[in-house]
Formats: sequence, C-alpha cells, structure tokens
Amino acid sequence: MFRFLRDHGIIERNVILMGVLTLITVAIGGLVQIVPLFTMETTIERVEGMRPYTPLELAGRDIYVREGCYTCHSQMVRPFRDEAERYGHFSLAAESMYDHPFQWGSKRTGPDLARVGGRYSDDWHAEHLRSPRALVPDSIMPPYAFLDRPLETADIAAKMRALRAVGVPYTDEMIANARADLLAQARPEADPAGYQSRYARARQAAFDGNPAVVTEMDAVVAYLQMLGTLVQFRDVTPEQLRQQ
Amino acid sequence: MPTKVEKDHLTGTDTTGHEWDGLRELNTPLPKWWLYVFYATIAFSAVWMIVYPSLPIWGVRGTSGWVAREALAPQLEAQRARQEPMLARIRALTPAQVAADPELRAFALAGGRIAFANNCAACHGAGGQGAVGGFPSLADDEWIWGGSFDAIQHTIRHGIRNAEDDDARTSQMPAYAAMLTPAQIGDVAEYVLSLSNRGTDAAAAGRGRETFNEQCAACHAPNGHGVPEQGGPNLADQIWLYGGDKASVMRQVANPRMGVMPAWAGRLDPATITMLAVFVHALGGGEQ
Repeated sequence: MFRFLRDHGIIERNVILMGVLTLITVAIGGLVQIVPLFTMETTIERVEGMRPYTPLELAGRDIYVREGCYTCHSQMVRPFRDEAERYGHFSLAAESMYDHPFQWGSKRTGPDLARVGGRYSDDWHAEHLRSPRALVPDSIMPPYAFLDRPLETADIAAKMRALRAVGVPYTDEMIANARADLLAQARPEADPAGYQSRYARARQAAFDGNPAVVTEMDAVVAYLQMLGTLVQFRDVTPEQLRQQ
Repeated sequence: MPTKVEKDHLTGTDTTGHEWDGLRELNTPLPKWWLYVFYATIAFSAVWMIVYPSLPIWGVRGTSGWVAREALAPQLEAQRARQEPMLARIRALTPAQVAADPELRAFALAGGRIAFANNCAACHGAGGQGAVGGFPSLADDEWIWGGSFDAIQHTIRHGIRNAEDDDARTSQMPAYAAMLTPAQIGDVAEYVLSLSNRGTDAAAAGRGRETFNEQCAACHAPNGHGVPEQGGPNLADQIWLYGGDKASVMRQVANPRMGVMPAWAGRLDPATITMLAVFVHALGGGEQ
C-alpha cells in the first residue's frame, strides 16, 4: 500500500519533475490563501457605523501591536452562547475591515477585548495599565507604567497615508488634519474645526488624567475605549448580518 | 550514496538503505493501529468538508446547512426562555420588592453575583471591596450617591459623570490650586483629617476650619459628613477614595480627581440591573 510514497527517489533524481511538483504544491498553498479574498465582498456585513480609526486611536493601536497585547488578549467574540453572555454580540468581519493587520488573536490569557470599549472608565484603564494588580489582585498582566511618556506624533499622517494605500478610506482632509486631530482628542478643552464630522462617535478626553501632555497612555486608552463601540447592535437587522 | 535496502539481522526490520560511515538507519514501520487511525482521520476530514461549511467558495454551505452564527440564536433563545418567567417578574418590580420576596431574592442574588463578576468587579473588586484611586467599596455602609435600593439602581442605570447618559450622576469639585494658597490647602487638609480624629496640628486645623466652612461645607456638609444628594462624600470617617494621608488629601483639594462610571442601562437588561441592585445592596451596607 502506498508504494509510491517510498519511490520519492525518482522525484529527487529528476529536477524537472521535482520543479513541476513543487510548483503544483506551492500553487495549492497560494490558492488557499488567495481564494477567500475573492469572497470578501460577501463576507463583510453591511452594517453602519464603522469608520477608520482616529489618529489617536491609530497611534494607540500601533502601541497595542508593539507591546504584543494580542499574545494574551483576543479581539474576537465567537458565536457561542457563553461568549455572547460574557462579552456581547459576536464579532463581525465588518468590525475589523480597517485593521491592518487584524488583532483577532488566537489565545486568551487575559479576557477578550473586542467589546471592552466603554465598560470601564478611562481612569480605570490608565490605573490598570500602570499597575494591574492594584485593581485586580489576581491578575498576571505585566505593568505598563512606562506608557506615561510623550507620544511620538510626527509620523501619524504618514501612517494614515500608508493605510490608505491598502484601502482604508482616509480622506485628504483627515490626513491634512492628522496631527491636530490627534492632539485635540486627548485634550477635552480643544475644539478643532470639523473633528466631529471627520470621526463619528469619537470622544475627546484626557484619557490618562493629564491634559497637558499627550502620552502613549492617552493613545492606548483611547483605542481600548473605542473597541466594539462603533456598530450599534440595537439597530442591526438580521439581513445586514447575512454573509451571502 | 548506496541505497541498498536490506534486512537488519538483529531486529528483522528493513533498513532505509542509507549508510553513513558504516552506520545504517532502520526503517521501522509505524504501528498498524496508528496508521489506520491516521487514514481514518483523513477519510473523516473528507466527509466533514462535505457536511460542514469548509470551502471558501460562494454558496458552499455544507450539506447539513449548519452555520455557527445561525446556530447561536436558538441557543440564546432557549436560555432566555428558561429564565424569562423569573426575569419578567423581576422586571415588573422595584429592587426593594424583589428583595422582599424570598424566591425572587434568591434568584436575583445568584444572577446579580454573575453580572457583578462580569461587569462590575474590575473596578469595585471581586467582593465589592473597591480599590484606592477612586473605585469605591460597595461592601461598607458609606455611600457617595446613596445606598437605598432605588439610589443604587439609579446609579447603575445612568452611571456617574459619563458622556453617554444625560441622567448620569454628576458633581464637580473645583480645583482649589487656583483659589487657595498652598498654606491654606494644608490647613484645610489638617482640618479634614481632624474630623476623623487624625489631625496632628490643632492650630492649622483651626485655621482650616474657616476655609472649610466657606468653601467645602456646601457639598461635604458643615460637619464633613457628606451630602449624598450632591455626591459630596463623607470626610469624617476612615474611608478614603484617593488616600487618607495629608499629602493625598492636599492633592485632592488642589487638583481633585473624580471618578467616572459608565451607564449600564443600554448594556444590560433592566432585570439584570434590578438583580445587580439587590446584590450590591446585600453586599454589606445597603440602606433602607
């Protein structure tokens, strides 16, 4: 049985046969990765409310990726009853359509964060990031107190241009105002022209408690507080969720 | 490389036919049972791909028609149907009425405990013990916004100082750094500490008393016992939101921090909020 499996010596001695078979194998691997992309149009649900990240949220997201938060926290509520009871509505493809790369994760050492936005106060997030065990005694999360340092903001417009190149619908106006919008979101007193119309449902606040300096903490908390809050599931109909 | 497959005379097994400096490698076959189980899993996967949605091609759903998302709704529905008779009764009553009915109270405490662990414990602690830094204990008898059933229910529904609910409880303490001198702030802090018999400087406390009566008494009451209707916490006990040493009190007078709580009315079912109110009320210090 399967005698041919032992005859691989024939392939190893014939470079043309080897090349053809290698090509076929790689082509199958490629198709498995590429074909699902053709179904993207029908996979992304037609829900309302999604918008690209604000500059501050985007900076926070980059820090989230930099610190490897995804190694312990998923952002993917699966369609199971226990997860619906604990986290809320299951995650939609539409909710990560502007993510490059997405942060679904594959492991939950900590809880899922797909719907963490708005559940706790900004103060809680900042304190918890600085010293997780001060608030959750049995937590094994490492402290991130060093995030209380000034945020690098000079490259934010360039990041948004890069994302636009891969399909995130940032407008020229958004990119032109990127840095001003970023600073404004972390300063509740600021009133930048057009900010609210550019980014719906984007709250302005001193996320880390200190409006004087825009820190990495501001950015991360702004990002966390937005997660899962854009789609209003009360208004979503089953038809909008159909993926076909 | 010579590739002569031969039988190894010690084990009776074939060699791979490879030889390195006289060393030869045995080609021991896999156990039969293991091999056939392996083949069986391959066959199973082929059946699985036909029955369940596996291929990323338009319209291919698998012959069973099973879709994870569509399978979820009936499960949630069945669970809701099991609980609905009790939840409907709870929804129609106030928290005080629920607590007065032994059967409903037991149900509300069990449901409230789960909802508390999932939604409230991050800030208020697993046992409602709170945390220093503006996360009040719910297990004692001091209530910033009132500890009656209705007051607790209102606070859970609308939250505190959040941007999302117009009925959120709100109080705003001014930053006295701009209105008092550092010496005055130190005197006021000394007087506040003396209210709980922890003052160390009677002269400073005497000076601070006047400032306290002018600036602080409206919200914290002249005796410092607090005004729950205005969210002015009691300053005359040993319970401190932001630390009870003099430096912490001075910091809080100069540039006060004020806690924020989300509104839960849009996130949790009204019955769940009622159950939470009953549970929190029972944590230790509920008022009538």
